[in-house]
Amino acid sequence: MPATVSIPTVLRPHAGGARRLEAGGATVGEVFDEIARLHPRLGQQLLSAEGGLPVFVNVFVDDEDIRYLEGLATPVGDRTEITILPAVAGG
Amino acid sequence: MSALADYGIEPTPLVRLERLAPPGIHLFAKCEWHLPTGSVKDRVAAGMIAAAKAAGQLAPGLRLVEPSSGNTGIALARITRLLGIPLTVLVPDNVSEERIRLLQAFGAEIEFTPGSEGSNGAVWRAEKLAEEGGFLMLHQYENAANPGSHQMTTGPEISAQLAELGLGAPDAFVATLGTGGTLTGVGRHFRGLGSPTAIVAAEPPTGELISGLRSLADGYVPPVFDPSVLDGKILVRTRTSIDMTRRLMEEEGLFVGPSSGAAVHAALKFARRLTPGAVVVTLLPDAGWKYLSTGIFDGTIDEAEARALGRTLW
Repeated sequence: MPATVSIPTVLRPHAGGARRLEAGGATVGEVFDEIARLHPRLGQQLLSAEGGLPVFVNVFVDDEDIRYLEGLATPVGDRTEITILPAVAGG
Repeated sequence: MSALADYGIEPTPLVRLERLAPPGIHLFAKCEWHLPTGSVKDRVAAGMIAAAKAAGQLAPGLRLVEPSSGNTGIALARITRLLGIPLTVLVPDNVSEERIRLLQAFGAEIEFTPGSEGSNGAVWRAEKLAEEGGFLMLHQYENAANPGSHQMTTGPEISAQLAELGLGAPDAFVATLGTGGTLTGVGRHFRGLGSPTAIVAAEPPTGELISGLRSLADGYVPPVFDPSVLDGKILVRTRTSIDMTRRLMEEEGLFVGPSSGAAVHAALKFARRLTPGAVVVTLLPDAGWKYLSTGIFDGTIDEAEARALGRTLW
């Protein structure tokens, strides 16, 4: 089963309006490559020119930030939930 | 004695959460509602005012302006009133009514920012105002005294309180991410001791609320937040934080606000990867009083979640 990627409101126009996308891959990076192939403008937001994660993008695999796991190399299993969010403040 | 005792900051209780802790894990929580205005932000307000005073910034005729979803504004209002300094707080217009009433009771002036923009909206307004000048903005998101207050007080308190129980540095410290001040300051305290304590953030999912953003690059990473101290970040959804807030009341007898529920949920999630005997410390930022009108304690969890969505809870 492919992973499910939830798309934040600000990026839905780049994803044909979709709230969620499905894409296959063994890692988050592979899933994002697949998404970039299907939705090139969305891909530009998710991957920096160097191919890494842009600073304002937070990506969670099963609610854990991948920056503190293995980054784009974080493994993705069956039906993994990937959540994309902009960096935000509270306080 | 606390480094900020002149401003009423005394150590808060560190309580054991016996019923919610997984088997074999020692789970403790700092009860920050014991501070003077009932939230962790009394530390931050005291630290920032003390630093401004030391820098000679508190001149007569001064006005303070500060972006805050409530607690920092309330804590600042208490101190600035004692010092005779007028204060304007920039507040998202969807925070709970109690926060607004408390700000008014402490004598602060309020300027509302669009609730749909969350706390980021108040920060953006603050940055626009700062260009105009004519007042002092302590700016909790940019002020080194914010994490500094936690490095001076919260971190040392935790170390001393665990030592009294015969325990060493914790295996993990878990707190909610707002400005990043608590995590950065407490993280630096334990890093400074050479302790391997894992520093873990609980992050709110407010990204869904921020309709003003054009792209993810319009997001905001507070300058005081030092992501290099973090070892993990866990997303906690509104429903989950409300659910755990209610469980804290039902199972531990603790009446806390929704960010406390988020912190405990993240602490329990991180604790699953630790071995028996591990010590986990979390921090409960405030009590439940200010959230009664939001309905998070009423009815079923579905009803409570529906009422809370679209609000700035942290």
